[in-house]
Amino acid sequence: MSHKSFVWLCLLPLGVVTAAFFLLPMARLVVTGAEGPLGLAGYLAVLTEPRYRATLINTVVLAAATTIVTLVVATIAGMFLQRHRFPGRAVLIAMLTFPLAFPGVVVGFMIILLAGRQGLIGDFSNRLFGEKLVFAYSIYGLFLGYLYFSIPRVILTIMAAVQKLDVGLEEAARSLGASPWAVQRDVVLPALAPAFVASGAIAFATAMGAFGTAFTLATNIDVLPMLIYTEFTLAANFATSAALSVGLGLITWFILALARSFSGSTVAAAG
Amino acid sequence: MSASTGHGASVRIEGCGKTFVDGTRALEPATLDIARGETLVLLGPSGCGKTTMLRIIAGLELPDTGGKVLFDGRDVTSVPIEKRNVGMVFQSYALFPNLSVADNIGYGLKIRGVAKQERASRVAELVALTNISGLENRRINQLSGGQRQRVALARAVAIRPGILLLDEPLTALDAALRDRLRGELNRLLRTLSITTIYVTHDQSEAMELGDRVVVMRKGSIAQIGNPREIYFAPNSRFVAEFIGAANIIEAPVENGHLVLPGGRQPIGGDASLASAVAMIRPETIGIVDAGGAPLCGTIDSVSFVGDRQRMIVSAASDKPLTVDAPNTVQAKAGERVGLSIAPQAVRLLPLEG
Repeated sequence: MSHKSFVWLCLLPLGVVTAAFFLLPMARLVVTGAEGPLGLAGYLAVLTEPRYRATLINTVVLAAATTIVTLVVATIAGMFLQRHRFPGRAVLIAMLTFPLAFPGVVVGFMIILLAGRQGLIGDFSNRLFGEKLVFAYSIYGLFLGYLYFSIPRVILTIMAAVQKLDVGLEEAARSLGASPWAVQRDVVLPALAPAFVASGAIAFATAMGAFGTAFTLATNIDVLPMLIYTEFTLAANFATSAALSVGLGLITWFILALARSFSGSTVAAAG
Repeated sequence: MSASTGHGASVRIEGCGKTFVDGTRALEPATLDIARGETLVLLGPSGCGKTTMLRIIAGLELPDTGGKVLFDGRDVTSVPIEKRNVGMVFQSYALFPNLSVADNIGYGLKIRGVAKQERASRVAELVALTNISGLENRRINQLSGGQRQRVALARAVAIRPGILLLDEPLTALDAALRDRLRGELNRLLRTLSITTIYVTHDQSEAMELGDRVVVMRKGSIAQIGNPREIYFAPNSRFVAEFIGAANIIEAPVENGHLVLPGGRQPIGGDASLASAVAMIRPETIGIVDAGGAPLCGTIDSVSFVGDRQRMIVSAASDKPLTVDAPNTVQAKAGERVGLSIAPQAVRLLPLEG
């Protein structure tokens, strides 16, 4: 066997895995999406059918809001944690990264414990205002769950990026008269931009596709993964759920590709 | 540079020490006056406290309680760096990678709200002054080390600072470029004639650039003087050995003469000492005929380095002496020669040095 054909042979396992677990199911999904009563127009229905369109918009808005709030919280926290040494810092970081180990179901459960009918927030508001504040079973509960999910991931990325910042740049900006705000705006944030794009993309993809949390909270939250689930299991509407799946994949992939072209770094989808 | 023709602010630091949180004493309380327009060099080996002193003057470090920094007599100890109007050049240059060369130079002016047109003309002025025409639109990662150094200097000077602070600005460059830029930097500093504080560990840089040199050691000031004083009249063995090459001789004294194995060497000044530590610079020793010379030795080796030849002469003193002779002197290794040293070239150092 020549050296060259040996190398090609080594590619075979990768080819088999790619075909079996990636290309074939994907192709099947795309074909199924066009096999409904509407045919190829089934894909168009994802955008034209008001209920589907509203869900799609809901999901993108939720994912975008999660990403933005996560980035703001994680940047401030990550910067502080990286730049300051205080007693209990290591414990705090360990606690912050603890949720990384939780599946979506557990996160959903924790949101119910916090903001559900018997939740802490409801108890407090009941004592203070005589009214129970319950939002665990809505899109707001889901938003909180996704934040809880995303913040640890993003904090770790931001902390690593902050560590690599050249303190000299900030000192140089200050020597030229820049106020603390101007230093953040002109030096720190531009230097952290690649980390924002990379970690923001992960947060976005997670919030687009996560299912466990939504399923735990309620079955009637209007987000795409839930819609796919109900179409598939309850309505046995294979074609529509396939079309919706392809739509979800394409949108998420498009946003990740956009992020990658900005940062040039590898961004992995999660969830 | 006299005070009347200089620009910028005068600086006084008063009892400024620095102890870091971990208890390390980086700087013993020091007091220092820098005249308006003067170029002062802080010179010393790494860890001597020179950078800490610079950072205290800059406002990047607070001195320990009791220390004061005054600009033109005004107490600025608690004023942060962004309000001190100092121009600073960092060892790493710290240029903004997301801005072009022109935007880097103009950054301080932009922060000060200077109008775009005025900013552009000031930037053009500095680009010409620092010899970087044609690079205005480049990004920082497209510049060579020498170009970066010029951009960093232009950026620091653009804001018309009261004081210019340079932290080892040439250390990151290779030797040939360093020598060329040193001359250029010297001309530029003379042109600007602004109060400048320059940190370096390179003694030739210090002597070429400094109106005065502050030699530092282990967090304290060892000596302050102009380059000639520092070189010819060091006040300690440390300064003598740190600045240039020096022969340090420990010998008994008799009737104003050092008593050496190779003969007797007259010394100037106080002759009542019983013994002395003396410094003799290699280039102040002349090679003469052995016959009749009061001090003789044997040449161990001769290294011809072009502009001069460096000889090692043994048996004259307790340790071999280094002699820098003119390149025209004819002498070979193994030859016995006389050494002629003017009494005033023998500098007595404190014994404990």
